[in-house]
Amino acid sequence: MNKIIKYVFYDIIRNKIVLAYTLFLLLLSFGLFNLGGSPDKGILSLLNLVLLTVPLISIVFATTHFYNSYEFMELLVAQPINRKKIFMSEYLGVACSLSGAFILGVGVPMLIFGASITGLYLLLTGVFITFIFVALAFLASVITRDKAKGIGIALLLWFYFALIYDGIVLFILYAFADYPLESATLAMTALNPVDLGRIIVLLNLDVSALMGYTGALYKSILGSLWGIGLAFGLMLVWAVVPLASSGRIFSKRDL
Amino acid sequence: MKDPTKQIFILAYVLALMLGSQVAFGTTLKVCPTCPYTSVKEAVASAKPGETVLVEGGVYQEHGIEINKPLTLLGRNNPVIDGNFKGQILTITSDNVTVEGLTLQNIATSYRQDDAAIRVVQRSNVRILNNTILHTYFGIYLQNSDNCVIKGNVVAGQDVTGKNESALGNAIHLWYCDKAVISNNKVSGHRDGIYLEFVKDSEVKDNLSEHNLRYGLHFMFSDRNTYTHNTFRKNGAGVAVMYTRDIRMEYNTFEDNWGAAAYGLLLKDISNSVIHNNTFRRNTTGIYMESSSRLDLQRNDFDRNGWAVRLLSSCTDDVFKFNNFTGNSFDVSTNGDSQLNRFENNYWDKYTGYDLDKDRVGDVPYRPVSLYSMLVERVPPSVMFMRSFMVDLLDSIEKVLPSFIPENLVDEQPLMKKIEHDNDRKLAQVLR
Repeated sequence: MNKIIKYVFYDIIRNKIVLAYTLFLLLLSFGLFNLGGSPDKGILSLLNLVLLTVPLISIVFATTHFYNSYEFMELLVAQPINRKKIFMSEYLGVACSLSGAFILGVGVPMLIFGASITGLYLLLTGVFITFIFVALAFLASVITRDKAKGIGIALLLWFYFALIYDGIVLFILYAFADYPLESATLAMTALNPVDLGRIIVLLNLDVSALMGYTGALYKSILGSLWGIGLAFGLMLVWAVVPLASSGRIFSKRDL
Repeated sequence: MKDPTKQIFILAYVLALMLGSQVAFGTTLKVCPTCPYTSVKEAVASAKPGETVLVEGGVYQEHGIEINKPLTLLGRNNPVIDGNFKGQILTITSDNVTVEGLTLQNIATSYRQDDAAIRVVQRSNVRILNNTILHTYFGIYLQNSDNCVIKGNVVAGQDVTGKNESALGNAIHLWYCDKAVISNNKVSGHRDGIYLEFVKDSEVKDNLSEHNLRYGLHFMFSDRNTYTHNTFRKNGAGVAVMYTRDIRMEYNTFEDNWGAAAYGLLLKDISNSVIHNNTFRRNTTGIYMESSSRLDLQRNDFDRNGWAVRLLSSCTDDVFKFNNFTGNSFDVSTNGDSQLNRFENNYWDKYTGYDLDKDRVGDVPYRPVSLYSMLVERVPPSVMFMRSFMVDLLDSIEKVLPSFIPENLVDEQPLMKKIEHDNDRKLAQVLR
């Protein structure tokens, strides 16, 4: 399995997209930390970009990579290797290289301009989101053999989590404004890993004071180390569930 | 010197100094460990009206000193009067008393009688100057006393984090006192820094009020007062102004009042007042306005606040002119559709319009209320979606095609450049 991971890893590094991704993040982070003035401001502006670009790049890159290495996987399947192992190595290879790029691209500037616990949360959030969206990408690509369709599904998933979901929840909140919605909001944000990551970082920044009663409620739940652990645990579930189901489909499917 | 009476007066004065130096010395009662008087209380009791009690450096363990005749109580070389948590230190029950240069300390919390370091009861023309008051329940407490001066005092309490509001008193507390002057004081570590209730025609200037548990300045039912050049910093909830009219607030700084229930300035039921040239920096809410009418807000700076202005729809006829709004999360938010206030010629850093005719006024109106701030006002839990991309998108769409945000809350003539309040007088005059 290690051998396959290594192979996938080298393959990804050779095609230079990950390198470009690292450079892009590096430039962006350096720029934002320099512009923002205080490291807190830098983290805040970085957060928006991380939550938008990291899922998009992860999901698109992972889907195309999966389809591109289809022949390689077919070759491996012909060997006496467990299919699940092949699938897991592919997943880990892609997810680890992407999150490595993220840690390098965002982590290094963060270390230089102001390492803080909030920065660590941002890094962790980014890594988890990479793992989650690579898993979702693999799910999208095992569902269909058609490459265009697979990328379409992946993009839709990104669109849903990064954009539409918030709109839907805001609409629900608006429609049911007469009811106490604090716990409902909490539950609904837990159903979207992107929101979860955003809130973990926001609660640890100054802006949390603007969040009034709901923010206080969130803080009482997520403010402790235990709560942060719970939130990251939820994100882990978000990675494991699509991964497990896509692994299952992959091992049963007729290739 | 044309005035002969002046010459005579000076001559008489010099003569009096020469002849009466012995007598003049007699009118000063000295208090020190080796003097005839070793306690302030004795000296005050035996002094005659108009005399001076001079307290030399040292520590005096005393409390319950009552000044019931016009005296000057003067401290030299930092004398300390330590109340030892036994009760009030100075009670003034006479007109024309001056207390200067003393350090008063240690007064216990007393729920029944509001013990203070210096209390003035129903008297006028009392001057409290350059004293240091440490670790007290109430610092300076004036009741029914007119024409008093409180100047240059330092009133420092304790670290208020985690304290209960009722366990702390106010640093400077005035109740039914007219024509007071409160200036150059530094107050910290109390419940309210400066508390005024039923205080009319007074002046509060050049004070620094910080790290108080509740308000930096708190006043109610206090008409026709002037507040200038004060700094209010890091207080629990900022400054509260309630049920008052004809106020002038100018050149004050409200900063770092940051917390879930904090604001720079809270205005409730204020009318006919002027708020000019103030700076609001890093407050959760810069100004919170409720039921306030006919206020004139000009040339203020709102910088890096959560909400710069929260203008509830119960406010009417307020005018915002020549203000700078920079780096605020929300510029203006409101809770209703009807808007009877006016915004004119302000600078908004979020303004994206253009100025074709180069008259330094934007050609497109600016709407300072964003869709999201309306949503947050109506559905508080939606604040958790702050910084979500969807929210930014909705705001941008709404800005292009306004349909939800209040139609009338608009700055028709936003300025293109930030106003330098000192240099841009000419521009202001032209626009006016």
